[in-house]
Formats: sequence, C-alpha cells, structure tokens
Amino acid sequence: MGLLDAAVSRQNVLVTSVDSVLNWARLSSLWPMGFGLACCAIEMMATNASNYDLERFGIFPRSSPRQSDLMIVAGTVTMKMAERVVRLYEQMPEPRYVLSMGSCSNCGGPYWEHGYHVLKGVDRVIPVDVYVPGCPPRPEALIGGLMKIQELIRMEGLGVSRADALKKLAEAESDPQPLIEEARKQKTA
Amino acid sequence: MEEGKVLSNAAQESGAAYAVIHEKFGEAISAFDDNATMPFFEVLDTALWTDIALFMRDHPKLKFNYMACLSGVDYPEEGKLGLVANLESLGVFGHKLAVKVKCPREGGSIPSVAGVWHTANWHEREAYDMLGMLFEGHPDMRRILCPDDWEGWPLRKDYKVQESYHGIKVPY
Repeated sequence: MGLLDAAVSRQNVLVTSVDSVLNWARLSSLWPMGFGLACCAIEMMATNASNYDLERFGIFPRSSPRQSDLMIVAGTVTMKMAERVVRLYEQMPEPRYVLSMGSCSNCGGPYWEHGYHVLKGVDRVIPVDVYVPGCPPRPEALIGGLMKIQELIRMEGLGVSRADALKKLAEAESDPQPLIEEARKQKTA
Repeated sequence: MEEGKVLSNAAQESGAAYAVIHEKFGEAISAFDDNATMPFFEVLDTALWTDIALFMRDHPKLKFNYMACLSGVDYPEEGKLGLVANLESLGVFGHKLAVKVKCPREGGSIPSVAGVWHTANWHEREAYDMLGMLFEGHPDMRRILCPDDWEGWPLRKDYKVQESYHGIKVPY
C-alpha cells in the first residue's frame, strides 16, 4: 500500500509515519548512475526511452555517482572495469542500492569458463541487492527488478538494517502464479 | 562457374605478386601456397620481414598499400609463435596476399612493421598482449587490452588463468 493510497482528511491533513514518508520519497525518485557496460546497457537505454518510460517511476539516470542512489550494473564486468565499478560505488552516498542486470554481471554469463578477462559476478566486489536474470533481460524484466528495489526500500525504516529489510522482503514474497491464473481465467471467461 | 573463374583469377594475381617478391628475396621466403581462400607465403628469414614489407608496399608492381589484418598465432607443436598479415593493394591492383612470420615461443621477437603500415601498430600490440612475442622497433610496445600488470598470455594454448588479480578472485 502506497502513501498516496492513504485517505486524506478534509483539512488536507495526512497522518502517517516518518518511515513511510521517507521511504515514499526515496522509492519515488530512484536515480541510477548513468553507465552501461555491454549489450544489457542497450536494453537499459530502451527502458529509459519513451516506449517503457522509466521516468514514470521517477527513475532518471544521473551523470555523477555523487547524485545517484542506485547503480544498475548493466553488462559484462571485466577485471579491468571491476576496480572502477568499486570506485564508483564507493563515491555514491548512502543509502545506496545495486541492481545486477543480466547473466554477465550476475555470474559471468557465457564467459564463466573461458573468459579470463571477466569478473564472475559483480557481487565479488560490491554487495548486490537485486539480480535480474536474462541475456540481456527485456525492459519488462529490468522494470521488475527496479520495482523489487522499490519494495526493498518500503521494507526499510529507522533502525532497520539492510539485512533485516532484505529478510523482510524475502518473507513478504508472494507467489504470482494464482494471480496469473486468475487473470487468464478472466480473459478467457 | 563464373565465380570459380573469378577466384582463380585472384589466385593468379596473388601468384604474380609472389613471383615479384621471390625474384628479389629468393630463399628468404617460402614457396607460394596457392589455396583458394588465403594464398600466402612464409618469411623464412624473420630478420628480413620489415624489408619485405617495405618492398611489398613500395614496389610499382606490388603496391600493397593496405594491411587488412594482422593476427597472432600460437604453434605449440613447433615451439613457435607467429603472425599472419593480410595485405591488399587497395584501389591500385586489387590483389591480395597473406604473409606468415614465425619466431621462437620463448623470448622470441619479430621485426615490427608499424612504420610500414600504421594499422600494424595496434595489431602488433594485440598480438603481443595475447601471445607474448615482442616486436622489435615497435614505437609503443605495451599491452593493449589486458591490464598492464596482467600475468600470462591469454591466447597461448597452454594458458592458465591467474588465481587472483588485485585481490579479486579470477576463476569461476
């Protein structure tokens, strides 16, 4: 349930918790760092562009790590790039989030065995919050991952550590299958 | 049918170009390999490679003004490393010829042709980066793709990747 769904009284007064307001503000303006590493970046750019329009989520790429709170690792992280990725991550202000996009940054992808130059998963150098599988993932999948980040932020609060929030997120996970079947039934009925 | 004829014409042109080079350098180069896909000869006297390259570029009957590619090759059974240079005479004669040059696998070096064709500059650096042979007289003999402090030569047949790089685990 989002903050905007809450009832507003006649005096335009909204009673809510500080946590909710903070979280709502943060998850509604996720600013990712504008950088891409390989073909996944093409899908990320397509997601930013008008067809999928990430700005409706308040997501707009920034040109500096200092203005970003989300890092989308979109593509193959080479050993040469790995140290740069760490450096960029360290320059981002906290709280910061990392979304690993595509097989390469998840686990090395097709380079897992013979790709001597590829880091086998960006989680070897920086902590990752959400993994999006695919090679490359479609824009829908990336949006799914971004919404997972938003859910994660919703689980946070004053005095709640990231680890606790991730745990809460895992517990809150619901099986989408019944919803899919219900929608299918409605469509065929 | 028509295509086959064109191919043999191309091979004939390459053969004619080879004859001009053979006339000048004689025993320093191998016999002509007259295959349809990539007619080539090998430079037997490696030290003469730069002279041969200059001759091929500047001789009025050859005019190999374009280096299409230069690739490094590993020959572990022979204990050698080598290169294959694909040369063309672009817009002049249109003929093509490949040249192979080899050197010992350990501590070997090949004369650089970066001063003959500028294309060779980065291609030789890549061959060095991947296989480890040096190019004598190259203006900037550094690795080009791998980090400067990378260990080993990735495209050698017996290459084993290093365990860690700057504290990051490399193998899967």
